[in-house]
Amino acid sequence: MRQFFSFIKKEFYHIWRDKRTMFILLGMPVVQIVIFGFALTNEVKNAKIAILDNSKDAATTSLSAQLNASRYFDIEKNLVSYTQVEEEFKKGKIKLAVVFPQHFSEDLLHFNKAQVQLIADASDPNTANQLTNYATAIIMDYQNRITNERKLPYTINTEMRMLYNPQLKGAFNFVPGVMAMVLLLVCTMMTAITIVKEKEMGTMEVMLVSPMRPQMVVLAKAVPYLLLSTINIASILLLSRYVLEVPINGSLILLVFESILFTLVSLSLGLLISSMAGSQQAAMFISLIGMFLPTIMLSGFMFPVENMPLPLRIVSNIVPAKWYYNIVKSVMIKGVGLHVIWKETLILGGMMLFFLTLAIKRFKIRLA
Amino acid sequence: MDKTKEKVVAGVVVENIIKTYGKKKDMTALNDISFDVQKGELFGLIGPDGAGKTSLFRILTTLLLADSGKATVDGFDVVKDYKAIRKRVGYMPGRFSLYPDLSVEENLNFFATIFNTSIEENYDLVKDIYVQIEPFKKRKAGKLSGGMKQKLALSCALIHRPSVLFLDEPTTGVDAVSRKEFWEMLKGLKQQGITILVSTPYMDEARLCDRIALIQNGKILSINSPQGIVNDFSKPLWAVKSDRMLHLQNELQEKDFVENVYPFGEFHHVVMKNESGSEQLRNFITAHSSENAVLQQVKPDIEDCFIDLMKN
Repeated sequence: MRQFFSFIKKEFYHIWRDKRTMFILLGMPVVQIVIFGFALTNEVKNAKIAILDNSKDAATTSLSAQLNASRYFDIEKNLVSYTQVEEEFKKGKIKLAVVFPQHFSEDLLHFNKAQVQLIADASDPNTANQLTNYATAIIMDYQNRITNERKLPYTINTEMRMLYNPQLKGAFNFVPGVMAMVLLLVCTMMTAITIVKEKEMGTMEVMLVSPMRPQMVVLAKAVPYLLLSTINIASILLLSRYVLEVPINGSLILLVFESILFTLVSLSLGLLISSMAGSQQAAMFISLIGMFLPTIMLSGFMFPVENMPLPLRIVSNIVPAKWYYNIVKSVMIKGVGLHVIWKETLILGGMMLFFLTLAIKRFKIRLA
Repeated sequence: MDKTKEKVVAGVVVENIIKTYGKKKDMTALNDISFDVQKGELFGLIGPDGAGKTSLFRILTTLLLADSGKATVDGFDVVKDYKAIRKRVGYMPGRFSLYPDLSVEENLNFFATIFNTSIEENYDLVKDIYVQIEPFKKRKAGKLSGGMKQKLALSCALIHRPSVLFLDEPTTGVDAVSRKEFWEMLKGLKQQGITILVSTPYMDEARLCDRIALIQNGKILSINSPQGIVNDFSKPLWAVKSDRMLHLQNELQEKDFVENVYPFGEFHHVVMKNESGSEQLRNFITAHSSENAVLQQVKPDIEDCFIDLMKN
């Protein structure tokens, strides 16, 4: 046991004295949360639009004013001819153009029917979609107000309620994703490098000619990173709770427990890579290509897994981050308990045992 | 009964070890090597780079598996009893293999604990070596000079009081003074009854060993005490010098009474085929007296023996 603790102490010295590693370990989660929280967001705010008003009557002026007043749109320009519309799009200044035909107000009042054209820049389809939706909603809102004065015989009103995330905040989605990514990166890559580093430096040669047992070496390598990861879990949760204002609806203890479980899975994976890779570069490469990419692509964090073709959906099941991402979303955002996520928890537990056993089994007791 | 007794006495036994590398096993590192080292002996493996010294050390320290052959260390089989061997040997690889980001003291402490001992417990063993680096005990190992690094590595290899010590080229890249000190330390350790296997490419260190094995291309050329090896050298050996050294070497190489001629310090050493050659060499040198040619009879040393063995 004294051997074991001495080994852990040594690992801490390595991490502590390498300022760059320290920075990556503890700084990266904060940086990622901040970047995802404030810079990389898919919410639309203050999109620049142009108005081509061929009617210039009370109704169009009022509608334009309402569009401008909403937090989604800013009127950048008032156009005078239809040919200008495409010119403005080509300049790339505007995202949406609203075209009112002549006699808009008259048509509306006399024929009970008027048309508005929305032209969006669909080179970015998602944004184009969102913008036309917002604009349509504002126009419908206006229509409702004027029709309220005259009762229509039949109407269907759609009532929408956005559960768990009423404000449709992007943070609700990416905080669980970033947690999975950060824990995986820190644990897998750092541990993958650590054993290989000893091989490269030749210290493994001396270590092997000692009574240290392989499982002790492997486990002792994992402990410091596990402890550092708990700091990361804490900092991510604090940042998302108090800076990004994502609530923790479920049990905090359960969330931390699941996070530690996922950390252990990542650590075991890192140790497994380490016991197989021949050089630090190889270890880094495997953890990036083999772990990081699948985590981003297949965990459901960036792209919904449900919409993927069957082979990818099957592959996504072996990505540990997918299960963890689901767990965090369920516990943190939906506030459910262990009875709902026991399956995911069991899968993660199984993965950890599998990888760890394999890592210890594959640990080479000789040089070649 | 006799056989088991022999085993107890021997520190290291190597029998017909063969080791090859490469996918096709076409690179032979060790070619049917056999020798044994007595307990408490200071045994030197002398040979150039690539002779197979490191491979042999790694096989004996259980780090590599031989293709065939048997070896025991302290009576334990290197394959079957590798765990027992790892507890009782000290190993210092050729490359500096301590943690450069740990201090001198932390390194020593670490290696003491992984061998389940402490610095205090075996301090007397490493004291003579460690006191020399103790003033720098707070310094990071990576920032030590070459000689101090070796002293620290030796301390770390010794801290658990091993019964057999393997030192792979411990003095390579170390200055002459530190090398001398290092060998003094080895003598001290020998007094403590520790079996020491040391490899070196330096011929001058060979005569400090009890016995040496000259090794080249995975083959042992000769095993004997340094004096024994020198005594085996029976051919006449001369040292010659003149103003035109290269010319002298080329000319001598062509003479049929000369077996070998090679640069040796400021002289060339000339090995005669037999006694009668000496007279002919004397005549040759006299004929070149205008170039200040000088002739001296010299006693062979290990290097002469090694060159001679390599040639045959």
